[in-house]
Order: sequence, then structure tokens, then C-alpha cells
Amino acid sequence: MMENENGSGAITRREMLAGTAIAVTALAMTKVTGLEAVPSAPTVTPVESEGVSFSVNGKAVKLEMDTRTTLLDALREHLHLTGTKKGCDHGQCGACTVLVNGRRINSCLSLALQHQDDSITTIEGIGTPENLHPMQSAFIKHDGFQCGYCTPGQICSAVAVLEEIKAGMPSHVSAELKAPVAFSNAEFRERMSGNICRCGAYSNIAEAAAEVAGVQG
Amino acid sequence: MKFEKPAGINPIDQLKVIGKPTDRIEGPLKTTGTAKYAYEYNDQVVSPAYGYILGSAIAKGTISRIDQSAAKRSAGVLAIVTAENAGPLQPGKFYVSRFLAGPQIDHYHQAVAVVVAETFEQARAAASLLKVDYKKSKGSYDLESARDSAQQPAPAEFGPPPQTLTGDFEGAFKTAQVKLDETYTTPDQAHAMMEPHATIAKWDGDRLTCWCSVQQLNWGVRDLAIILGIPKENIRLIASYIGGGFGGKGTVLADLVAASLAARAAGRPVKLALQRPLMFNNTIHRPKTIQRIRIGADQDGRITAIGHESWSGNLQGGRTEPATASTRILYAGANRLTRLKLAVLDLAEGNAMRAPGEAPGMMALEIAMDEMAEKLGMDPVEFRIKNDTQEDPEKPGRKFSTRKLIECLQTGAEKFGWQNRRAKPGSIKEGQWLIGMGVASAVRGAPVTKSAARVRLNSSGIITVETDMTDLGTGTYTIIAQTAAEMMGVGLDKVMVKLGDSSFPESAGSGGQWGAASSTSGVYAACEKLREAVANVLGFEPTKTQFSDGKVIFGDQSVDLAGAAKSAELVAQDEMTYGGLSKEYAQTTFGAHFVEVAVNAYTFEIRVRRMVAVCHAGRILNPKAARSQVIGAMTMGVGAALMEEMVVDKNIGFFVNHDLAGYEVPVHADIPYQEVILLEDIDPTMSPMKAKGIGELGLCGVASAVANAVYNATGIRVRDYPITLDKLLKNNV
Amino acid sequence: MKSFTYERAETPAQAAAAASKPGAKFLAGGTNLLDLMKLQIETPTHLIDIGRIGLDKIESMSNGGLRIGALVRNTDLAADPHVRADYGILSRALLAGASGQLRNKATTAGNLLQRTRCPYFYDTNQPCNKRSPGSGCSAIAGFSRQLAVIGGSDACIATHPSDMAVAMMALDAVIETVKPDGKTRLIPISEFYLLPGKTPHLETNLEKNELITFVVLPAPVGGTHVYHKVRDRASYAFALVSVGAILFKDGSGKIALGGVAPKPWRKPSAEKFIQSGAKGFTAKLLEGARPTNENAFKLTLVQRTIEGILTENRS
Ligand SMILES: Cc1cc2nc3c(=O)[nH]c(=O)nc-3n(C[C@H](O)[C@H](O)[C@H](O)COP(=O)(O)OP(=O)(O)OC[C@H]3O[C@@H](n4cnc5c(N)ncnc54)[C@H](O)[C@@H]3O)c2cc1C
Ligand code: SF4
Ligand code: FES
Ligand code: FES
Repeated sequence: MMENENGSGAITRREMLAGTAIAVTALAMTKVTGLEAVPSAPTVTPVESEGVSFSVNGKAVKLEMDTRTTLLDALREHLHLTGTKKGCDHGQCGACTVLVNGRRINSCLSLALQHQDDSITTIEGIGTPENLHPMQSAFIKHDGFQCGYCTPGQICSAVAVLEEIKAGMPSHVSAELKAPVAFSNAEFRERMSGNICRCGAYSNIAEAAAEVAGVQG
Repeated sequence: MKFEKPAGINPIDQLKVIGKPTDRIEGPLKTTGTAKYAYEYNDQVVSPAYGYILGSAIAKGTISRIDQSAAKRSAGVLAIVTAENAGPLQPGKFYVSRFLAGPQIDHYHQAVAVVVAETFEQARAAASLLKVDYKKSKGSYDLESARDSAQQPAPAEFGPPPQTLTGDFEGAFKTAQVKLDETYTTPDQAHAMMEPHATIAKWDGDRLTCWCSVQQLNWGVRDLAIILGIPKENIRLIASYIGGGFGGKGTVLADLVAASLAARAAGRPVKLALQRPLMFNNTIHRPKTIQRIRIGADQDGRITAIGHESWSGNLQGGRTEPATASTRILYAGANRLTRLKLAVLDLAEGNAMRAPGEAPGMMALEIAMDEMAEKLGMDPVEFRIKNDTQEDPEKPGRKFSTRKLIECLQTGAEKFGWQNRRAKPGSIKEGQWLIGMGVASAVRGAPVTKSAARVRLNSSGIITVETDMTDLGTGTYTIIAQTAAEMMGVGLDKVMVKLGDSSFPESAGSGGQWGAASSTSGVYAACEKLREAVANVLGFEPTKTQFSDGKVIFGDQSVDLAGAAKSAELVAQDEMTYGGLSKEYAQTTFGAHFVEVAVNAYTFEIRVRRMVAVCHAGRILNPKAARSQVIGAMTMGVGAALMEEMVVDKNIGFFVNHDLAGYEVPVHADIPYQEVILLEDIDPTMSPMKAKGIGELGLCGVASAVANAVYNATGIRVRDYPITLDKLLKNNV
Repeated sequence: MKSFTYERAETPAQAAAAASKPGAKFLAGGTNLLDLMKLQIETPTHLIDIGRIGLDKIESMSNGGLRIGALVRNTDLAADPHVRADYGILSRALLAGASGQLRNKATTAGNLLQRTRCPYFYDTNQPCNKRSPGSGCSAIAGFSRQLAVIGGSDACIATHPSDMAVAMMALDAVIETVKPDGKTRLIPISEFYLLPGKTPHLETNLEKNELITFVVLPAPVGGTHVYHKVRDRASYAFALVSVGAILFKDGSGKIALGGVAPKPWRKPSAEKFIQSGAKGFTAKLLEGARPTNENAFKLTLVQRTIEGILTENRS
């Protein structure tokens, strides 16, 4: 039996999904508290803010925020969808992988503002503890994770990879560029290489995906 | 409960729940993104501010001035913490690092200031507006040049003695019929766990709560109290989930200190994560070693002399990388020497990383064994088997509690198809690929240490376990649940496990491969107490009461377990402590690694094609989780063998490749299907659980098995890790 | 990251016009620009998001060539049936680069314009002539294993990290642009990249804020297309060296290199030596190389990689 400490991750999500649209404002406040705090001073660096709307896991979202906010930070810090992880913030690990209009991207190297009208799916939209996606179940069955930090990214990526293979997209290891591609261990491993797992669950992840793809790993 | 005599039959031996390949109980949370890591407690802290660390731009020197004017005026800035206004800070007990520089700078990217602002974007921008004037001084960054200045270190906790001498090593080596004397190097390595060090710090008056990513919460509380100069009792650390550690989050590092100071300064809770490019030079790492190995044997391949010396460097007062540890115990030989030397370097602190000492030590020793086998014209598996020992080679008469190294090697050889290996390097070619096979032994100590837990039984029959133990992916939640379920005679669905809160009873924590064996033993002890309490409530004789299928059975009476807590929740707490069995017996885990590589005949690109590991590591509490620990370690071993190195710029004094694009760790494409065989082993000298750790064993020897396979493929011997194609090209004559 | 204003352009013309604003920069996929902005290596004060200006199609031209929109994503370019059929080297090069996620975002123009991965360029505490002209080069006396063996200067030995551009070089691609005033021009890729000389911060022939609109590929040339990228790990890593080759039945060919120079390296005058074998050809191709101790291995590695390609594709 397992319960998240005070189960609030789920509550936040449900709250978010319940509203048709929520607006989060993260403009600078100048209120200063605390002994060592900086005395109020005129602001020299302006904060530029902009609005953006997109949908997350099927629900419309409208945000007004600092232009510098990445999609990753918009999800984690503004929408409190912390399932998407920040491992490096520089496109070097894949922990932040989400699906945008069905395609996987690194949400850390994307401004939230670049996603006007986009449809975004995060791990919370893939499945829930009560209603797991087959890929999530397969990860559990094959122990395709350890610490769990890379896992949401791995799962989003794996779901997309199976679609990419189905759509006939070639990869670096496809023997033929012109022939159709099929799921294989080598194809899967190459395509998943943008998702680093330092715990080293790779071998198990490949087996999980093979099961979902309906092939013998 | 004190464990003093080898364990007899106990409830764990029923193996109704223990020993089963149970799925991780936290799986549904981790796979759906609902498990919460340090930076994610948005519900616990309302409107936190964001902290951002500015790291030192120089490696050694002093700060002459920090001009904060522009940063202070920057939008959203709430506070700036530097050594000037932080108040006195002491070093903690385990790391020597100072977490805030000033006026001295001890190493590159040491924190110089923490900027707190309303948003992450504002804090990051403001940090770049700080103008720091430095005065550089000369530092020492190169182990090779500092080698001659290295000293014999003082004996340290967790590590072999700095020097051990058995018999007459020098004499025996001189007269040995076959000899090897080679030097190997292992580079500085990064833990590179996927979750960066992160903390949310919140003060309520003088009480501090931190959601953090720390493996040893007891050390964390101890060290944070010392560092900040506040009472231990005022600190609570919470780490329900940790996104990987590998020793790199042992106790307090800069994020915890910075967030705590920043939250105090801003009068607000503060969230702070180390930015990835800062982690490599700011935190700790596995330090570089230079290792000289000498082995002497008779013509028949019996080792007569074995010597292992290792040099490493660290900040003043830092620890020595104990690379000689395994050589003391792995092979027979009457004449032995091990020696550690430590130089002072002005790089970030070297400290524990997964299997400290043993991992880098085995990287060298097991190449040396391969070279020696070749000199002797022996099969490397045979050579190892020939030099097995059933007693501690330094203390003849002291037995191993259990030791099946030979069986590991033989089982692995058979599974792997070792008989297909050709002794002559470069003999097998498939297309443009040269194929090679390599083997290495594995060995890692099996420490077990004091650990406490509390267990509760409520009126619904739910058992709740509370301990400050952490789960970094090690499967702790699950094996603790299995332990409690076995002890209380219930199914896993009736057990709830709460970990990672320093307000819970103090556990062993996660480190040194002691976590699983120790923490489950603590839970065992607490469950013994709870069984007693249940029996007492029901008026049963405790020693004759059985717990099975949710029932409490005494004689012909059988009562629902829940019934015992009908009127009041039952709570029991205990700890497991240990007597002298670890002195009496050498308690160790063993294994063998077999690897096949393909090396491109033109470019010398190296790809691992097959891996088999055999482990002998006490009772396996959960084969699924244990296997995962091993495949993860094998993966890390491939990284160590082929790509991982923090490169030191010896002019500037820093690790140059300080991000995850520059510091390469294995990706999916590098790792083939991995086979793991867990040999049956029950070690009653360890604890009532009869278990040992396995997570570090899996790493020891992997890199050298890869190295030996590369040699077997190409005939080119590389003794400096990582084995990259440029080194093969250079030595290709 | 410095604060900036943001606008979403809707047409190429609008984007080009907006580019005259001070401190403006185009944001395509953002996978390189945002990375560098986070570290304040790039500090634009105005971003023009060109992600939705169109230019995301691949058109066939009457001469049999292809006209690739600047915003075509790397994934789509690699998977395009024409590219797979006739420009295999380009598919192969793209698929060898970055990761699936990054290729879904990265664009054709952004890929051409990505900046070096020299580790000192990436650390703003260190002197770097490319990042801050005149400050010095930390890499030449430092960690230079990844860096250039040819085409560099005493001021900079950075490499251009793109795989795609290597294929484009072998394919004689032409880059089509529009300037803020609406004028367009065509730049052959062989003239597109600049060598560092004394001004390593200047990397291409583009004028400030000139917008790349298309990359044009000449009609297919046939031949066997190969792209061999050599790296320490099997994927998701930049090249130590890479060789893009188009080989013809008669033994002739076109060969470009990645990972060895500040630009994709090709020397058509050397290509007549391909028939005489890897050794002679490499000697000509890398004539005048000035490697460091740490990267001298690249000279041998290039030769051996080419030897492998020639041997394996001729038998
Ligand atoms: C971890 C990692 C690994 C990578 N590995 C590889 C690899 O192995 N091989 C490889 O080739 N690449 C690799 N890349 C780089 C990746 O390919 C580039 O980041 C990507 O191609 C850039 O495209 P973009 O559209 O995102 O560019 P952006 O980041 O949007 O732009 C890059 C530059 O081009 C300018 N620009 C963009 N479009 C235009 C236009 N139409 N006209 C004028 N200027 C324009 C921008 O102003 C900016 O200066 C890697 C990147 C990362 C983060
Ligand atoms: S090689 Fe070029 S990019 Fe690298 S430090 Fe030198 S000047 Fe900068
Ligand atoms: S956090 Fe985005 S790739 Fe690492
Ligand atoms: S499960 Fe820990 S990094 Fe993948």
C-alpha cells in the first residue's frame, strides 16, 4: 500500500483539471520582509511579462508571466504539475520530456510563450495511479525505474517512440532509410537515448516497451 | 534488540513475502509523476521565494569585494546572502567543504553568494549582476605533479587503514618467478544523479524545516546543526523521495545551507536547486587515483606477493580515496602490502561515490589480474579461482561468513559462454568489428549498522512503519514493507511505509551498501516488539504466538490481528544494534562480471554487446529490486570504463566539462540486455534478516571486465580510464 | 537570463522587419538560443518567435532539387521521403545528431546557426575570444580534445558542432535569405561559414538580422550516401569526428568532415585523390592541420574512418 505524503500532488492536479481555465500571475512583488532583506530600491531591470494560453492534459490554461519562463517552469512552478522533472535545464538529460501536439520535446528548452494554442500532455495526462497507462504498468512490472526521477520523461518518450516507429520514422540505427521500420531492441534504445537514467534502468525499460509494443524484447 | 549470535530460524525464514520479486510499492506514484521530490512541496510552503547560487569564478584566492548594487536593484530581489552577512558557519562532520566562500575561495564554483527573489527567473538574472572582485592565488590541481608531496593520511572512519603489511611483500615480490608491476589511473568522476541537489527551507521562529535530497538524514540533521550553529532539536529534514544519490547526497551540501540562510534572510520559505553546470565543481565527486599494483606469482599461478598503492588528492583535511580496500581480502598470497597516500589539491572535495575505494580499486586490480594471467599463460577465470581464499588473507584463521567467489566465476563463465573466448587478442572479427571478452571478480564489504524503526497497528489491521531511512531508488519502501508484512503475518496491502523524515526513529540511512540490510533489521526489531505487544493485549504468551494470514494464533485460539488494536492503536519502537560478529567473521559480498565488446576495427569505437553478472550477497530480500540495483551498477560501470571523466584544467583549476553534455554517462544505446544471476546465500552472521547489500557490489569490477574485453578484442592495453578510442589509437603500434 | 521583450511573428516579412529592433534575435526551435541565454552567453533584449511564420514545408523544384523551409524541423527533414530516397546523407546526418526530442524542435536554419560546444565558450568565467572578443582563448592551452585540428587560428580553435551542416556541405546546399529591408540573396554553403582568424565571434556571412528562409538542395547526384559519426558514447553526443560521404561507382566522391574545424570541412580540390585511397586523400584534405597534443588523434581517426567507409562501401 502506498500513499503519497498527504496526497497533495494529486489534489493539485485535480484542482487544476477541475477549472476550465486558471490564471496564474507571477509578476514581481516588491514587498520586503526579513532582517537581512534588501531595502526597497528602484527597479532597474524591467520584468517583461506576456500572456499565453494553451491546453495541458486537455484543459485550457491561461498564464501571464515573465517572458523568460520556460514551458518546464510554467508546468512545475506555475501550474504545480511537478511530474515533469528538471534534471539539467539545458536539453542534456530528457527528464523534462513532454508531448506537444503529440510530439515529444524537452520542455526546458522551450519558452512557455512558444506554445500559444498548443496541446500539451504531461505525465499526469498519460495516466494516474488509479488509471495507469499500459506503458506505466509495464514500467512497474519490469522495474523500469529506480529513483523515479527520470521516469516521467522516460515514459512520455517511450509512448512517443512507439508512435514514431508506427509512423515509419527512421532512426540512426535503421539499416535502410527507405524500408519500413519495426520495433526492435536496437531501434528502441537508439530512439530513447535522449532520456538519461543514471540509475541505469535501461535494460528493464527496453523490456517494458517491448511488452507494450507487443514484441519479444 | 542486540544481535550478538548468528541468527536461528525466525519469522523471516517463512519467505511468504520476503524473497519474492514484488513490484515496487511506490511504482504507481513514480510512474505517474506523483511521487514528490525535494523541490516539489508546493502544498507545504505558500508563496516561496527562489534562491540561486553564484559560484566562484576562480579556483583559489580571496574575494576582495562584492558589488551588490546592481543585483539589489534588480526586479524582485528580496535578499542577498554572502559570507559577510551569513553569520558564522562551521564545516559539518562528514564533508570538509565550506559551503559559503569568503574571504577565502577553496575551489571553483564554491558558493560566493545566494540571491533570493520572487521568481526563479529573477533570482537567476540578479545573481549574474553581482560583481565579484577576486584576488587569485596559486593552487595545486594536478595529482600527477602533487604525487610526490602526498603523505600517509591518518586512519579514517569508513576505509581501510592507510597501510597494511602482511609477511614480507618486498622480499617475496623480488624473488617471484612471474611478476607484474604496473600503474593505472582512474579519473575524477561525477555522481551525476538525475535530481539535482535541492532544498525548500522554511523557518518557524527558530525551528527549521527543510524538504531536501539527503541520503543520511541523521547525518544531515547533525551537520546542519553544526554548520548553522543551532540545536539539532530545531531541525527537521524531509526526503520522502530522492532522485538518485550514489553517495553524492550523503549529508548537507551547499543547497541546504544556502536555502536555510536565504530563507532566514528573506523571511520567507526559499526553494533552491543547484543548477546542473554548478554541481560538478560545487559539490563532491569521486577523486582521481593513481594506483601501482605489483603481483608476484610462482609458475603455477599461485600468488606469492600482492601489493597495491594508491595516491589521491583532496582539499586540506579531506578523505583519502580508499582504493586498496578490496586487495586486502580478494585473493590469497602470504606476502601483502597496501598503502594509501593523500595529496592536497584545490579542486572540489573528493568524497564517497558508490563503492568508494572498492570501485576504483577494482578498476585497477582486475586489469592487473588479467595482465598477470596472460603472463602466466593462464585463463583469467582459472587464475582467479586458483587464488581464491577461504579465510582473511591478512588474518589467517578468520573465516568469511560466506564466500562463493569460485561459484560466481564458474556460473558466470558457463552462462556467458566463456569457453568461446580466445586467449589470443584480436582473434575474433565480425565484419568490421573486433570482438573481445573480459572477466573480473567483484567484491564489496557488507557492513551492517544500527538502525531503528517504529511500527503501528491500527484497528483496521494496517501496519504503518516509520523510520528516517531513505529510498534513492534502492527499493527501500518495498523491502521494508515486505519485512513488516512477513513479521506481522499480513499481506503487502496491509502495510504502509513512511520514510525520509528526521522526526522518525533514526535509521542507518542510505550509504556504503548498508541500507537494505540494516534498515530492514531495524524494522525486524520493532516488529518483534509489536508482536509482543499484540500478544500481551490478547493475553497470549508472546514466545508461543504466531502471526499468519492476518491472524494471531496461540494454541487453538486464532484472532484477527486488527482486533488487538480495537481499543487503541498499538505502537512499538526498537532498534537493532550489533555485537562482535563482524570482527569474528569477514562479512563480504562477492560476484563476477563477464562482458563482451565489439571494437570497430577502423575507428576503435567501443560498444558493449553482452553483460552477465553473478552476485553472492546474502539473502536477496526482493530479487526484482536487487537485480535492478545490479543492472544499474553495471551501467555505471560501463560509463566508468568507456566515457566518464571530469577533465581537470590544470591552469585554471576546475573540472572543465561541467554539464551533462560534457560529462558523458551511458545512454540507452550504450547498454545491451543485462543478465544477472543471484546465487542462493543466507548469512546468519549478519542479522536476523540474513541479508547483505548488493547495490555497490554490482559496480565493483564491471569497468575492468570491459577493459579486459577491449584488450581481448584489440590487443591494445589501456591502463588509464576511461578507455576511449584516442587511447587505443595512440597505443596501436 | 536577461529580461527581453517577445513578439510572435506571423510572416517572414514581418519577422524580417522586426529584426531591425535593437538587440533583436530570431527564436526558432530555441534549443540552442535558450540554452545560451540561460548562461548569458547570448543576451538578446528582444526575441522574435519565428516558429509560426510558415517556411515549414519541403518543396520539390523543377530542376529536381529541394527547397527546404528554414523552419522545417530536423525530424521532419530526416523523415521526408525525398530526402530519404535521394539525399540519404542528409537523413543520416540529422538522425545522428542530438536526440529525438531535440530534433522534434530543432529547425533547419537553427541547426546551421548553432554555436560551438567548446566548454570554455560555455563557461562565462573563462576567457574566450568568441564569446568576448579580445579576452583570450582558454582552450588552446587547456582541454582541447574535442576542438579543431584545422581551420582554427591563434584566437580560436572551436569546432562547428552541426551534423546536418556536414551533409549540406557535401550536397552543395545553397542558403536563401531575406534582409530587414526585404532584399533576398542566395549564399552557397561553401561561402556561408567564416573561419575564425582574428575575429572568432563572426561565424557566418549573414548580415546582422538577416533571416534564413530556405535551404536549397541541387538535383540529386545519386551515389552511395554514408554518414559515419564517431563519438565516445553510442548516441546523444557530439562528434569527435564525422565523415559524410557520397561515393560514386567510378570511385570518385564528395566528402565533408564534422568535428575537425570551425566549419563543416570540405575541399573539393582534394576529392580527385579519393580514388587513390584514404591516406592520400586525407593528407590533402587536412593539409596544413595544426592539431594540439590532445586532439592530434583526430588526424588518424579521420583517415581510418574514411578508410572504413571506402572499404566497406566498395566491396
Ligand atoms: C544536448 C544537446 C545535444 C545536441 N547534439 C547535437 C548533435 O549531436 N548534432 C547536432 O548537429 N546538433 C546537436 N545539438 C544542437 C541542435 O541541433 C541545435 O540546438 C538545433 O539544431 C538548433 O535549432 P533551433 O531551431 O532550436 O535553433 P534556435 O536555438 O532557435 O536558434 C539558433 C540560432 O539560429 C538563429 N536562427 C534560427 N532560425 C533562424 C533563421 N531562420 N534565420 C536567421 N537566424 C536564425 C537564432 O537566432 C539563434 O541564434 C544538440 C543540442 C543539445 C541541447
Ligand atoms: S576555442 Fe574559441 S570558443 Fe573555445 S575558448 Fe577558445 S576562443 Fe572560445
Ligand atoms: S531538464 Fe530538460 S533535458 Fe534536462
Ligand atoms: S530511475 Fe533514477 S535516473 Fe532513472
